[in-house]
Amino acid sequence: MPDAAALDAIDRRLIVATQAGLPRVARPYEAIGAGLGISGGDVIARLTRMLETGVIRRIGAVPNHYAIGYTANGMSVWDVADDRIDELGARVGALSFVTHCYRRPRRLPDWPYNLFAMVHGPNREEVSVGVAEIAALLGDASRQHDILYSTAILKKTGLRIAA
Amino acid sequence: MPEVAALVAPDEIDRRIINALQGDFPLVDEPYRAVAVRLGLEEGELLRRIDAMLERRVLTRFGPMFQIERAGGAFVLAAMKVPEHEFERVAAQVNAFPQVAHNYRREHALNMWFVLATATPQGIAESVAAIEAATGLEVFPFPKEREYFVEMKLHA
Repeated sequence: MPDAAALDAIDRRLIVATQAGLPRVARPYEAIGAGLGISGGDVIARLTRMLETGVIRRIGAVPNHYAIGYTANGMSVWDVADDRIDELGARVGALSFVTHCYRRPRRLPDWPYNLFAMVHGPNREEVSVGVAEIAALLGDASRQHDILYSTAILKKTGLRIAA
Repeated sequence: MPEVAALVAPDEIDRRIINALQGDFPLVDEPYRAVAVRLGLEEGELLRRIDAMLERRVLTRFGPMFQIERAGGAFVLAAMKVPEHEFERVAAQVNAFPQVAHNYRREHALNMWFVLATATPQGIAESVAAIEAATGLEVFPFPKEREYFVEMKLHA
């Protein structure tokens, strides 16, 4: 993978040093650099490059959906005609209440769905309103759909790579 | 859900901080000062509130969000059909794998949905095989074939 090849050993150590979070000190990049033997300016330059190449999606806070009032989440799944899914998937992803939207393989006969759209809302009623909006957008391009509500978070540690 | 009961709701200033920090954290020597100025807060108060929100789990993390495929790693959504009477045992077995990043119980015959994250793409197949061996149940991987762009847009 060319993007992977572009990361050097210090970049990898920088990923390991920051994947649990940024320190809450006045000069966080300098603090990280001190642990890696590089300057704060070098940390900023490397993070900037990783943002440009997409290794970092964004730098910021991840709110707990429950804490900010989005207590319901439903994974809506759709069986969408293969020749229309990319056009329609892009429109579903653009809806304000959709937080993730992916095309994934069907697993027949257990699983006929190929479009996954995560819908967050303050309650199940609001989630189902969002799902109805997706259904209207997809129209007859969707043959069937389902909503899988989450009933418990069993584990949440975030994505980590090994040191 | 136990997590919910432990939470103290964010106040109006916390909410402004959450909304201001959802992306584009400044890459400058003193980024918190820059954000504090923008919000009309003291830098010390901003730092204290971020710490407190992390402590209370209003924020699950604060920092760079890595797309680990771009760093050579891989992650894949996977699901299992777990018999109800075995759910607790299987959840403990699956969660014990460090490659399992998130795991949710969902209402469906496929009732356990988790994300596997590994340092290499081959690591995914190895983890799937190891989880199947540990639990005695089939794992259904759902690798993403395409991501439809979504912006971070949950409003606190």
